[in-house]
Amino acid sequence: MTLMQERTVCLERQDVELLFAALKTRGYLLAGPMVRDSAIVYDLLDNVDELPAGWGDEQEAGRYRLKRRDDQALFGYNLGPHSWKKFLTPARQRLWQGIKKTAGGFETVPDSETAPRYAFIGVRACELAAIHVQDRVFMEGTFQDPLYAARRADNFIVAVNCAQAGKTCFCASMNTGPRAGSGFDLALTEILEPGHHYFVVETGSIKGAEVLAALPTRPAGSAALAAAQAATDQALAHMGRSLDTSDIKEMMYRNYTNARWAELEKRCLACGNCTMVCPTCFCSKVEDVTDLTGDHAERWRSWDSCFSLDFSYIHGGCMRQSIRSRYRQWLNHKMATWFDQFATSGCVGCGRCISWCPVGIDLTAEVQAIRDSEKEQDDG
Amino acid sequence: MTLAGQAPHNPMEPRPFRVERVIKELADCFTLVLTPTDGHCAFPFQPGQFNMLYDFGHGEVPVSMSGDPSRPEELVHTIRSVGLVTAAMQKLRPGDVIGVRGPFGSHWPLAQSKGKDILVMAGGLGLAPLRPVIYDLKNHAADYGRLTLLYGTRTPDTLLFADELQSWSEHWATSLTVDSAGPRWGGHVGVVTDLLDGRVHHAANTVAFLCGPEIMMRFCAYALLDRGFLPEQIFVSLELNMKCALGMCGRCQYGPFFICKDGPVFSFAQVARLFRIREM
Amino acid sequence: MAENDIKAILLASPFFSDFSQKYLELIAECGHETHFSAGEFLIREGDEANEFFLIREGDVAIESHVLGGVLTVAKSGTDGVVGFSWLFPPYRTAFDARAVTEVSAVKMNAHCLRAKVESDHEFGYLFMKRFAQLTMKRMQSTRRQMLDIYGEHQNGKFA
Repeated sequence: MTLMQERTVCLERQDVELLFAALKTRGYLLAGPMVRDSAIVYDLLDNVDELPAGWGDEQEAGRYRLKRRDDQALFGYNLGPHSWKKFLTPARQRLWQGIKKTAGGFETVPDSETAPRYAFIGVRACELAAIHVQDRVFMEGTFQDPLYAARRADNFIVAVNCAQAGKTCFCASMNTGPRAGSGFDLALTEILEPGHHYFVVETGSIKGAEVLAALPTRPAGSAALAAAQAATDQALAHMGRSLDTSDIKEMMYRNYTNARWAELEKRCLACGNCTMVCPTCFCSKVEDVTDLTGDHAERWRSWDSCFSLDFSYIHGGCMRQSIRSRYRQWLNHKMATWFDQFATSGCVGCGRCISWCPVGIDLTAEVQAIRDSEKEQDDG
Repeated sequence: MTLAGQAPHNPMEPRPFRVERVIKELADCFTLVLTPTDGHCAFPFQPGQFNMLYDFGHGEVPVSMSGDPSRPEELVHTIRSVGLVTAAMQKLRPGDVIGVRGPFGSHWPLAQSKGKDILVMAGGLGLAPLRPVIYDLKNHAADYGRLTLLYGTRTPDTLLFADELQSWSEHWATSLTVDSAGPRWGGHVGVVTDLLDGRVHHAANTVAFLCGPEIMMRFCAYALLDRGFLPEQIFVSLELNMKCALGMCGRCQYGPFFICKDGPVFSFAQVARLFRIREM
Repeated sequence: MAENDIKAILLASPFFSDFSQKYLELIAECGHETHFSAGEFLIREGDEANEFFLIREGDVAIESHVLGGVLTVAKSGTDGVVGFSWLFPPYRTAFDARAVTEVSAVKMNAHCLRAKVESDHEFGYLFMKRFAQLTMKRMQSTRRQMLDIYGEHQNGKFA
């Protein structure tokens, strides 16, 4: 048996609930996909029946629909509006409390709630890449965010290799998928054959191997491995979109005054949907509040968007008044300055921003338009 | 230029500091002298760095250090009242307690400037983040060449640290200018770059530290480039909306830089191209 | 555009109106017609000052930008002149000049004109005199602007 085959096993569909049980026994809070509000969203999961069996999604620029599949695949969809950041950096989180002391002054009390130990079920390759991008932001910079670090300290990841690609997907261009890279505990590839529904399971860590050891699995034979390969090859072959990333950082840096930004301004509403659904966007705002007595203060952090006017407020006015400057800030951050800041692209090719933009702005097309305009300049 | 390492304290939580003295500087500008209350005796910092100052229940603002780095037992901040938080801070009295997080950010490159002449050009409140440099130069005069201080404000009544300016002028070439004045003003009237004529003779072996309104730093930088300074010899201190000061809330981004950790001090070489872009 | 056309434009413009035909020809050799769409920059702050513009039609704003907005310090328009930094070293532009409306202008090449004023001093004298006159007027207006006569807080000014 090859090393690959030793690490790779098969798990029957009916035994997935044992995986859930094994994780719960080890004290993990399960979170994963379910159907709600006409979308596939992520929330706390209790059992396998809550998974979106038989559901898929249909996405295009500015469009998202659920679609019934003709099988009972558990992971037969691509991505919904939620990303795992909703658990790792909650939309609203208290940072600390302050209490005035009777003798004068005050003391601060950090939030003592024990960080939840999440087991994420169904993390796509692009999402795994996004989690790693956020790890760099919150844990590998000059300072570390203790709240994020606590949630990542014992975070079990059950990744899922995509067997289909959506029309807005372009993970292949960003080298983030469709196969999950490293950093997962277990990675599942769902195989549906006539009369046989099972998962090829790859181990990614000692933690993963230990959980897997508690489940009824059998070694993956060459047929199963081939089926798993074929499934992800299928996704690779049908990527909905692509992005030419050659020289992308320098290209964006050259084009701060490109006419395309003015053109975009005619369409972009600065609604900020893209920043909400993007799995790597991390900008936040901070709010200091007190109770009526003024003796008890709290600082809360919540998601914010660079599209809001308030985001760039400085005394005197807003740094980025025009929508074009705010869109440019977002796109240049995602595609260019992120490299200088974190030695990686900020974009993982998940395509959510394309689907969830109410006017269907497609950043792959925008980057291409800028690239084309340079070519015109050179040719002209 | 970034100070490595951080205080062992959780960087998100403010440390309580006691207000020892409040000094009224100008009509809308005051200095707080602070001491720690949590047992640590000193607050070492490098000139150019800033702290996040927290007024209980109101909020936090970034303020540069403006005190003497060789006296870290006292933390000195010069603040202008411009909004809700700073207006609340203007009401602080000795004995009150505020929160401090820091020190944050990059610093004026004093270590790399040993043996060189230092040109300090300040505008308005920009003299406050530069005062620690002047103190440092005073404390270690033998380590550096000549200091030239050129300072401009709007009117004579808005000159910051007027008494100290007087005493500094006894040690170093110090020149002042205002945009407009009444007849009692004996100094120059004009922009701060006017003061370069006849006072800054060469760019060789000189570093320039600029701090003031953005437009002022730009036209001072151009004037220095036109006198033979290289962009790498010129340093500026930038200011943006800051909330976390940890490089995680994203608000202080200026191109690829987080002002809170890559700045606020930058070499002109780093930011010259960004200065040219509107709504950066 | 033919030099004769440029010469005709210069002849019609108040700024050059009392120059002789011979001198208008000299100046016209350094000019050619340009157009700017609304929002385009004629001059960017901090650049090498290689030209100035005689505005035929349209509005131009002389501006300085800061994080938080743009400040307009002056405007120029039909028959106006935009660009002074080209006259003397260090030949570095001091402000942005931006077309507020569509602008048609004659762009004058700085190297060309500087060479001509150096080689023909009589022409140079007349040319510099015209520019000095405009500069004096602008300086007086600017100083009056600086007096901030409409400002509310007048007290500290007289210290």
